[in-house]
Parts: sequence; C-alpha cells; structure tokens
Amino acid sequence: MILTVLHKTRYVFAAPVGGIVQSLRMTPAKSDSQRVLDWSIEVPGAVLGTPLRDGAGDILQTASVRARSEQIEVTVRGTVETTDTAGILRGHRERVPPRAYLRGTIRTEPNRAIIDLVDATLSALPDATALERAHALSAAVSEALPYTPGSTDAHTTAADAMTAGKGVCQDHAQVLIACAHLAGLPARYVSGYLNATEDGSPHEASHAWAEIFIDGLGWVGFDAANKCCPNDQYIRLGSGFDAQDAAPIRGLVLGGSEEDLDVTVKIAAQEQRQQQ
Amino acid sequence: MVAQYFNEMYDSDKLRPPYRTLEGWYQKMPAEFRAIKQAEAEDLFRRYGITFAVYGEGGDPDRLIPFDMFPRVFTAEEWRRLERGIKQRARALNAFLSDVYDRGEIIRAGRIPADLVYRNEAYEIAVAGFRPPLGVFSHIVGIDLVRTGPDQFYVLEDNCRTPSGVSYMLENREVMMRMFPHLFQENRVAPVDGYARLLKRTLASVAPEKCERDPKVVLLTPGHYNSAYYEHSFLADLMGIELVEGQDLFVEGDFCWMRTTEGPQKVDVIYRRIDDAFLDPLCFRPDSTLGVPGLMNVYRSGGVTICSAPGAGVADDKAIYTFVPEMIRFYLGEAPILENVPTWQCAKADDLKYVQEHIAELVVKEVHGSGGYGMLVGPKADKATIEAFAAKLAANPSNYIAQPTLALSTCPTFVEEGIAPRHVDLRPYCLVGRDIELVQGGLTRVALTEGSLVVNSSQGGGVKDTWVIAEE
Amino acid sequence: MLSRTAANLFWMTRYLERSETTARLLDLGFRNALLPNSGGGYRNEWSAILQSKGALDQFTEKYGELKQRNIESFLFFDMDNPSSVASCISAARENARIVRTALTTQVWDAINLSFQELKALGRRERSSLEVPELTDWSLRTAALIRGAIESTQLRNDGYRFMNLGYALERADNTARLLDVKYYVLLPSVAYIGSGLDNYQWTTLLRALSAHRAYNWAYGGELSAAQIAHFLILNPKFPRSLLSCCIELNAHLDHLARVYNRSTPAQEAARNMLGELAEARIEDVFDEGLHEFLSRMIGENAGLGKCIEDQYLIGEAR
Repeated sequence: MILTVLHKTRYVFAAPVGGIVQSLRMTPAKSDSQRVLDWSIEVPGAVLGTPLRDGAGDILQTASVRARSEQIEVTVRGTVETTDTAGILRGHRERVPPRAYLRGTIRTEPNRAIIDLVDATLSALPDATALERAHALSAAVSEALPYTPGSTDAHTTAADAMTAGKGVCQDHAQVLIACAHLAGLPARYVSGYLNATEDGSPHEASHAWAEIFIDGLGWVGFDAANKCCPNDQYIRLGSGFDAQDAAPIRGLVLGGSEEDLDVTVKIAAQEQRQQQ
Repeated sequence: MVAQYFNEMYDSDKLRPPYRTLEGWYQKMPAEFRAIKQAEAEDLFRRYGITFAVYGEGGDPDRLIPFDMFPRVFTAEEWRRLERGIKQRARALNAFLSDVYDRGEIIRAGRIPADLVYRNEAYEIAVAGFRPPLGVFSHIVGIDLVRTGPDQFYVLEDNCRTPSGVSYMLENREVMMRMFPHLFQENRVAPVDGYARLLKRTLASVAPEKCERDPKVVLLTPGHYNSAYYEHSFLADLMGIELVEGQDLFVEGDFCWMRTTEGPQKVDVIYRRIDDAFLDPLCFRPDSTLGVPGLMNVYRSGGVTICSAPGAGVADDKAIYTFVPEMIRFYLGEAPILENVPTWQCAKADDLKYVQEHIAELVVKEVHGSGGYGMLVGPKADKATIEAFAAKLAANPSNYIAQPTLALSTCPTFVEEGIAPRHVDLRPYCLVGRDIELVQGGLTRVALTEGSLVVNSSQGGGVKDTWVIAEE
Repeated sequence: MLSRTAANLFWMTRYLERSETTARLLDLGFRNALLPNSGGGYRNEWSAILQSKGALDQFTEKYGELKQRNIESFLFFDMDNPSSVASCISAARENARIVRTALTTQVWDAINLSFQELKALGRRERSSLEVPELTDWSLRTAALIRGAIESTQLRNDGYRFMNLGYALERADNTARLLDVKYYVLLPSVAYIGSGLDNYQWTTLLRALSAHRAYNWAYGGELSAAQIAHFLILNPKFPRSLLSCCIELNAHLDHLARVYNRSTPAQEAARNMLGELAEARIEDVFDEGLHEFLSRMIGENAGLGKCIEDQYLIGEAR
C-alpha cells in the first residue's frame, strides 16, 4: 500500500524563547514492511543536521534554532510503500542486542495489578510458546485498559494507567512492555503512524505500539490498543524503552516559557500506484 | 584473628630499601618543626584552593583533604610490574567496551553472561554499534590497587568513567617539593608533572576524523558547586584548555560549538566530568541542565569526541569486575599480571549462602555504590550493624558483592605521637589514546584512623605523595 | 575567551564597584543624618537613599520603620538585600572563584581576603561598629582590589571586560547618586540654594571622594551647575560620566582591534561619547537634570545589554 503523510507540529510560546534544539526521530527506516518513496522534514528558521542512524536503526536528525523565536513548526511530508508482514519486523538494520530491552524504566515499572494480570494470563497457558504468550498478554492488556481518549497524558506511567483502568495507545504499549518484561521477553516502545483501524474507522493518526522479541522470529509488533499486529496501514518511525525515549520529537527550549502545542497529522492511502 | 599487616617501610622490623633515606629524615625532625611544616602544607593547599566538598554532608565546602607528609615509596622494579599490569588491564577494558557495543564476541563465546552486560544500567543502547575514534571508550582508567605483601597486589576496582583525584597526585608532589627539597635531591624520585601534557596529547589523539586542524579540546564540568570543581579547573588550566559548562556549548548542524567573545568556536574533543545521564537531555535524562542538548547526535555522527565515551561505565561495574581477568585472557591472550580480589556475587545462590554464613569476616559492598558508602566491613562492625546489613542483603541479594577482608599494607604516617602505620591503597591513572601512557606515580589514600581500612576521603581518609624511585 | 568567563569578569567588577557605591551611599546618609532635623528630617533622606537603590519597599517589608541602625545593617550586612556591601562582595568573590584561573594570585588574594574580612566584621558586636569604619573599610578594599588588577593583570581581553564592568557600573552609580541628590533628596524646591542644600551638596561630593578635587577645580564656590558639570562632563574627575564613557570607548576599541571585529557595542559607546564630549552644562539643565540623568542611565544600560549580546552570549558571528 502507498501511504502519504503530512504531519505538522507547531509549538507557540507565550513569550519569545532564546533558542530551541530538537532531536527528531521522524524518518521511517527501511525494512521489509516499509520503503520510503519520498520524505522531507522542514523546520523554518532551523539549521538541520545530517540525518544519522542510531544503534536501534532509527533515523535521527537535529534541528537548532539560535534566534529568539515565538514559535517553531516542524513539517513532515512523505510517501511510504508499506507491506503487511504480519507484524514481524524484518530487514530492519539495527545493532542493539535484544536482551538490552529487558530493562524497565520508571514508565514501564510494573505494579501489583500488572503483576497479577501477567500471572492470571500466563498461568492459564502453561505450555504456550513465547509468541502465544505475547499474543495473550497483548489481548489481556486491551481487555484491562479500555481505549479512552484523553484519559491520560504524556507523563502517565504504566502503573498509573493500570490503576486508572483506561488509557490510549501510549498506555497500552507501556503496560504491555511491563507485562512482557515480567514474562522474561524483551520489549520496547514504538512510535509511528496509523492510517486507519482495521474496521476502517478513522483514527488519531500518530500512533504507538509495542514490539516484543520472539526467539526465532525477531521483533514482532503488538498493537494492544487496536487488538492486532501492525500491518500495511502502519508506518514505523522509531523505538525506545518507553514513550519518552521513543518520542518523535525530543526538544529543549532555552529560556523556556509556556508553550502551546498544535499537531495535525494527515495520512492517506493512494488508491492506485502511478504508472511510470 | 587479625592478619599480620605488611608494613611497606619496615618488613619484619627491617628497613626496606626504598625508604632508606626517610628513616633519618623523620627521626631527625623535631616535633615543633613538623607542626610548622604541617601548617605550611595546609596553608599551601588552601592557597591553591584545593578543597573538597563531601556529598550529602552540607558541611564546610572549603574543607581540605588531610595531607600526610610521609611519602609512600615504590622501587622502580615494583613499579615496572604494576605498570605492565595496569596497562594490560586498561587495554582489556577498552577491548571489552569495543566488543560489547559491537558484536559482543565475549558474550557469544559464553565467557561473560549476556544479562550482566546488556541489562546493566550503564550499558547505553544509544551508542550500540557506534565506534568512537581509535575504538577507545575509556581514555582515563583509574585502577584502585591494594597491597598485602612484598609482591602481592590486588585490583580492588576499576574506574573507566571519570576517575577523580589526579589533582591531588600533582599537588601533593608540588607541596612536598616546596617543603622538603632536599628529599628530592637525595632520592631520585620520578616526576609526575608530565601528566597534564600526556592527558592533553591523549585527548587530542582521539579527535574525530572530520577534524582537520589542531583539535580544540575542552573540559566539561557540572559547575563550580561540584565537589571536584577545583580539580576540573586545575586540570583545564594545566592543559591550557577551556573549562566549560553545558551552557557554554551548543549544537548546530553537525557540530558542537563553544560560546566565546569572538563568536561560536567549533569543539572537537570534550573531556567530560559529568555522568552519561546528564550529557544530553534529548537522549538521556530530559531534566538535565548540565549537559548539551543534541550532543549525542553530533557525537554519533562523528562531529565531536566525548571522553570517556558514553557507555564506558559498563566496564567498571562491580559485577563485571569479576570478569576482567577473563577479558584479559579472551582479548589479549595473556595471563593477568594483577590479580582480582576474590569476589562472591550475592546474586548467585551458592555465593550468597557463603556470604551470609561468613558475613562477619567479609567486606560486603553495593554493586553500584561508590565512595565507601553502603558497605559493611565485617570484622570492624558491631553486631547490630552486621544484623541490620544482613537484613538488607537478604532483601536484595543481587545488589551486593562480597570480598574477603584484605590485610591492607600499611605505610608510616604522621600521628600525634610521631609516626604510626596506617593502611593505604593506590590509584594510578592510565591514559589511553593513540598510545597507552602511565606516569610513574598515583594517588595514595590513607586511612588516618588507627586500624581503619576505609581510605575514602568522604570517610575521613587522607592522601600522601607517592614516589617511584628511579633506577640508579 | 569563553563568553561565560568574560561575563564572570565583567560582573565581578560590576559587583565590586556596586559595593563601593553602596558604601558611599551609606556614608552619604550617615553624614546627612548628622544634620539638624529640619524640613522632613532624616527619615526622608534615608528613604531617598533606599529609593535610589530601588530597595525602599524591600526594606520596609523586612524592617518596617526607618531606623538608622536597621538601615545601616540593611545596606552593609544584609544578604537579602542584593546591593548590600556584603551581597556585592560575596557575588564578586563567587564570580572570581569561577574564573579563578583567569585572575592573578594578587587579585584573587585581594578579593578573597575582602570576603574573609567581611565575614569577620559580621561576627563582631554591631554596637562596636560605627558607619565610618565600615565605609572606610569598603573604600580601602575597593582600592586594594582595583590596584591589584591594574598592576598585575595581563592586558588581554579579560582585562578589558573587567574594566568595562567597572566603567559601566560607575557611570550608572554616579548618575544615580547625582539624581538622588537633585531629584529625590531635596524635600522641596524651596531649599535650592539654601544652607541645607549646600550642606547636602558637600556631602554628596564627600561621598564621591570629590570634595577636595572640586575645590581645586572650581575654586570652592558651590553651585548646582558646577557640581553637575564636575560629575557629568569633567574629564578630569574619574567618576564623571564623561570619564566613564571615555574608558568604555577605550576598552571596546581595544576589543574591536584584537578581535578584528567592530560591533554595535562600539557604535553605541561612540554615540554616547559624542554627546557627552560636546554637551554643555546649560544643555543638561535645559533638558532637565533628572530627565538627562534618566536618559543617560537608560543609554548606559542599553550599552551594557549590547556588550552582553555581542560578547557575553557567544552567538554573535
């Protein structure tokens, strides 16, 4: 499938700030699931660094604004050809050993409720394979956390979300990571885009899910929020230990003031491929 | 049963040769002269501004580390062996770091457990697959050594990140030379003052490939409130490089720049004295105000070198320490010259059992602790302390390792009544760049309290000048 | 050099000069308070002095009534008052400590010693300390440090930034002191030319260590115009606005030469000098002394900002 992306992120500051530096993880890396046909990042007023590829295979780029600014706008435009690989990440060049993702962070630290959820789920499946266990955990997380937009914020931890009993894709991913760690499976947070949910209903297009490492298969994506594995409706941007670590934009404002964030994301499928 | 301690000056009451001239020196020194000299030394240290703030005590920030005027002396022959052992260890540690951020051969070969490395907090996935210039991760390796006999040296721990204390090595010598010049005429003491030049050369040798000029090297400090600020400013001054804080640097495009009165200047090598977690809020802790936003991107695209390399800490973890002899055999194909202290990993059930049964004889340490905190010296502790510690150990065994209580050597030290033996350790500083260098000397720390085995300055330890006598 | 180092040097000397000014103000207030209580009394004068430091509200909030002992403590020892002598010396020493390696031993010793002596003064019984002792100590300390800088520091860019700090702060302080006297200190215009007025003028000159110098320069007769001329336009008096401005220009020109780059800071300083060098005292009074001084304080602050943007932030290319 051919997906086009137009993603604008605009920060407006209450008072002019002394400068801005951002690390952008906003370029899809090539894998068997996705191939970039064209892609551009524009940040008016900023000096952009040369894109670099980190150990996890993500493409990073620095944007620096030295002048006093009242706002900054990041515009990402591009076209990606996607292929359904049943959620399996293949052909993605990376150097981080999977076992490094057995480590938790404050956002993926399990609490009692998460431990109980894992116990209940896995004790019912004594002879299950790692893949079956991962599927079962993903299903259990979607069950435990009804998708409730606006119920949590960017700082919500897995434990917080579990206590609240609801969440958005970020919370599903972080809780699932906590579960996978308890089950001894390496797991990580992935950010990206989603064209639409499987039933075709429109969806907030910036998206996040979890990847769990299965011996023999490699990294497999699990979208607990949508009860499925990523397919050709998904574009993968990057990964990390948790939502903060994998954020598409990590930025720092010098002499920071109150900021207003405005994000619009448009994803569309091109029905036909253009003939050459 | 207390072991017999090796006295470095008087071995079974016989004067050992390196201390030959010092016997007459202290014996002929009148008490009042000694007091004058001690006051003079303190005055010199205070004048140089060498003070040390102890973490978490909130006490006098202008506190001096006690300086003991009695030097600690090695023969050239003793030093030769130490030097070979230290350099060997520094090479192996760097080989290990290069390997675990690359293919991890030592793990594939089953010589070190994968989880010990990859699940370690100090293993930085952000630099996996990145090879720093010349493949060097740890540019200044501080190796803590103790001695238990004429030829028995043990490595207590490795410091691969930013070992501190080298300013004391240099200043102790300065002060001794000013106060007792004749001692240096009588003894051929190898100089240590080349350290700063060697350090500068080492740092310049790892400039990025992209750098096509005389590299601009800076020292990055957390700032003047840091307890080691004096050392940072002292080293920067000796090397003739700028002492910068995070706010003095910024990232633009593919480079890191320094704010100067003549406008931005490109920086090639950063000798950082701040922890990984604070280096770059866009990669590590987002609340860090000590670092430089965007720095890790510049580093990973080869625009700047960071010394030590982010992620180097995985090699000096106390749990990894046990495997350093294995690293030496694996990477260098050599037998270790310096021995490790036998160590029990409390994470292992058998080891834990042994430690719990023998806790009163052992030294038990936190895996990630430092500075002599969070540790139990069994033979020196009372029953209640041991019981309280045993409870902590039982609650979280994998957080602890244990070692036998070593019979640390002693060195004569000035006390109220004259001289008395006090326990000492040694930290030499090995420099790794294009070459591996070691000045002939190091920092000797001394436990000033009678019978104490804890030499940390944060726990009432002092320092001594350390001599290596050149060959005739 | 590192912009932050330059900033530390610049602020170090600004604080040193500021501590001296606070001490001079304290002296001014003390002498004025020796006057017989007439027409508003010393309370007004003290309040004028606090106003000139923009610290009246802070003082009344902390101490309430204007008692002389409290004012003395507030101006000299109070660490909550950012322009007290103690605060300024501490801030100067802190700036110096950060850039310890950019200072000669003599300069560091002088600054460090002043800090230690200040602490010792703070430990003494307050009733044993009279204002003249405190102000004498301050002026002597200031001279000692300045002397150490002049006689030992390398004439490099760091030296220029130290002197820019001195000159900028000094210009600001002279303008403010004069403004206090003329605009705030006089309880009413009826006093102009009266005996009280003359006494206060004399005190102002004394507080600026300019009493005898004025007599030499103008023959002893006190007149508002001549005093204003002395403090604003006389290039022989080292605290006059014109002298400060000449200093600022000299050091900025030096920087422009060694850095091979002229910036808006040089231009701003030249414009200020152009005006002060040409001005006649009549022009000043035509504009209104207070108005003129306010404008000069503004221009001086603008020049400070310009120096900061051009040199102390390190981004100007």
